Amino acid sequence: MMVQEPIIALDHVSKSFGRGDKVVRAAHDITFALHPSRTVALVGESGSGKTTCARLVMREHQPDSGRILFRGRDLSDTGAVGLKEYRRAVQMIFQDPFASLNPAHTVDFILRRPLTLGQPHLKGRAVDETIADLLRRVELDPGAVVHKHPHELSGGQRQRINIARTLAMGAQVIVADEPTSMLDVSVRLGVLNLLNEMKRDLGVALLYITHDLATARYIAEDILVMYAGQIVEWGDVHQVLTNPQHAYTRLLLSAVPDPGIRFDDPGARLDPRAVDVIRREARLLQDRVVEIGPNHFTRQAA
Amino acid sequence: MTATPLLSVQNLTIDYIGAKFDFRAVDDVSFDIASGEVFGLAGESGCGKSTIAYAINRLHKPPALIRQGRILFEGKDVLDLDDKALREFRWHKVAMVFQSAMNSLNPVLRVEAQFHDLLKRHRGYSKAQSRERAAEMLRLVDIPPERMRDYPHQFSGGMRQRIVIAICMTLDPKLVVMDEPTTALDVVVQREILQRIDELRRSRGFSVLFITHDLGLMVQFCDRIGIMLRGNLVEQGTSDQIYHRPQHDYTKQLWASFPSLHGDPFRLERASR
Repeated sequence: MMVQEPIIALDHVSKSFGRGDKVVRAAHDITFALHPSRTVALVGESGSGKTTCARLVMREHQPDSGRILFRGRDLSDTGAVGLKEYRRAVQMIFQDPFASLNPAHTVDFILRRPLTLGQPHLKGRAVDETIADLLRRVELDPGAVVHKHPHELSGGQRQRINIARTLAMGAQVIVADEPTSMLDVSVRLGVLNLLNEMKRDLGVALLYITHDLATARYIAEDILVMYAGQIVEWGDVHQVLTNPQHAYTRLLLSAVPDPGIRFDDPGARLDPRAVDVIRREARLLQDRVVEIGPNHFTRQAA
Repeated sequence: MTATPLLSVQNLTIDYIGAKFDFRAVDDVSFDIASGEVFGLAGESGCGKSTIAYAINRLHKPPALIRQGRILFEGKDVLDLDDKALREFRWHKVAMVFQSAMNSLNPVLRVEAQFHDLLKRHRGYSKAQSRERAAEMLRLVDIPPERMRDYPHQFSGGMRQRIVIAICMTLDPKLVVMDEPTTALDVVVQREILQRIDELRRSRGFSVLFITHDLGLMVQFCDRIGIMLRGNLVEQGTSDQIYHRPQHDYTKQLWASFPSLHGDPFRLERASR
C-alpha cells in the first residue's frame, strides 16, 4: 500500500511537560507517517495527547526524544529544513472558524497574502484569478464572498476559507484539528467531503484530529487511537474499527452514540467500574507492540 | 397520556425584538412532557430550542418577548408566576443544566458550600444538614462524598458536570432541563453521565427535557423527540418513529447529514453528489 515516500514521519517521538514529580507524559513513543493522498485520523478523548502530536507535527514543540523527518530530512537539523519552507508546506485548520480568521480583513486580503508569499511568481491579474479559482475550489461563489469580512460568513463558509487559505500557501500537509465540531451538523459533511477532495485531487496528506470515530471512518485510510499519551492501537481504519484489539478502543467504540441501541437495553449498559479498570490499565506504559495483521497493530504492557 | 401532563407548552411564540424588525425565534410551538418521560428537542443552532428551555425556566430576558402561548406546569401557567412563586418554582419544580454547566460552578467556593447555598435558601438547612444531603447526592452521581471539601478546579470536566447535575437534583425537581449537557465531553464520559441520568430518572421518577443536535444520542436516551427547524416544531414522535419512520423531509435530511459507524461508509458521499 505504501508506494509513496511519506512527507512527514514521526519516529519514536516523546514529549513530556512539567518537572520533578509533576511530569505529564503528553506523547510517548509516537510513530506514524503522513503520505500524499492519504488521511490519518488521530482519535482520542480530550487530554489524550492528540493536540500535542499536532503541535509536534507543526513544529510548535520540539521532541524530547525521537526524530521527525520531513521528506527524509531530520527536522532537528535546522540547516536541512528551513522553518519558512516547512511552514509553507505544513498548514493547519483549527477547530474554531470564528476565531481563526482576522475579523478586520476581507476574504480577498486573507487569501491574497499567503498567495503572494507562497507563490511569489504570481503577479497582477493572475493573483485575482487564482483567488477566484481557490474560492471555486472550496465551492464558494467568488463574486459573492471575495469582498466580505468573516462576520458576514457562516461557520461552514469560514471553514472553507480556512481550507482555501492552506491551499493558497501551497500546502502539502494539512493538520485539521476537529475542523467540523463547531459547525452545524448539516454543513459538516460538506467540509469533510472538501478535505477528501483536496487529498484525492491535489495529493495533500491529511492529519485529521477528532474524537468522532464515525467521521474518522468516513474520511481516513488509517487511524491512530490515542489514550494517556500513547497510541494504543493503529492501522487500517476498517480493520481497527471492526476488529478492535485494545480494551480502550473497544470502550471508545461501545460509547459512540448509536440510535440502534437504547440506554435501557440490558446489554447496552457500560459498567462504570469496568470503565475505570480499562482507564487505569490503559494509563500504564505499554511498550510491547503486537502485530494483529497487515497494517493493524496494538500495544500491550511489557 | 391520559393524565394531565407535567409540562404542557401551548402555542408558544417568542420574538427577539430588534430596532428595525423582530426575529421570530419560536413560532407557535406546542408539546407535552409526561411525568417520568424524557423528551428531546433536536435541531441546529438558531432553531429556537434553547430559547424554549430558557422560557420554561422564566430565564428569558429582553429582547426576548413571549408574544403568545402558555407554559403550563402541573396545570399552572409559569408565565403568571410572581417573584415569590417563581422562587418556589425554580430548583423545586424545574432545574436546569446549561450547556457549559461544568463552568457554572463558583470557582472560589468548595463544592459543599454550593450545595449549602441552595439548601439554606430553599429548605433552611444548617451546614451539617446540607453536608449530609450533599453526600447523598454526590453518591448518586458516583462521586466520593469526601470530595465535597474540594474546589471545582480540582475535578475533571466530566466530574464537574456530574456535580452540577447532583446540585440540580438536590431539591427533587420534577423536571430537569438539560441544554446540550454533554457536548463538551468525550463520548465515554458522555455515555457514563447520560446512562446514570437514565437510571436516576427511572428510580426517582423525574422528567427530562433533553436538548442536543446529536440525533443518534437522542434516540438512545429519549422516549419522545421533537424536531425543530427555524423556530417551528416540524415533527414529533416516539424515538422509534423518528429513527425508523421519519416523516418530515428535514428529519430525513438530519439523519443523512452525518456519517455513522456502521453500514456503508460511502453512502453519504454518494448521496451528497
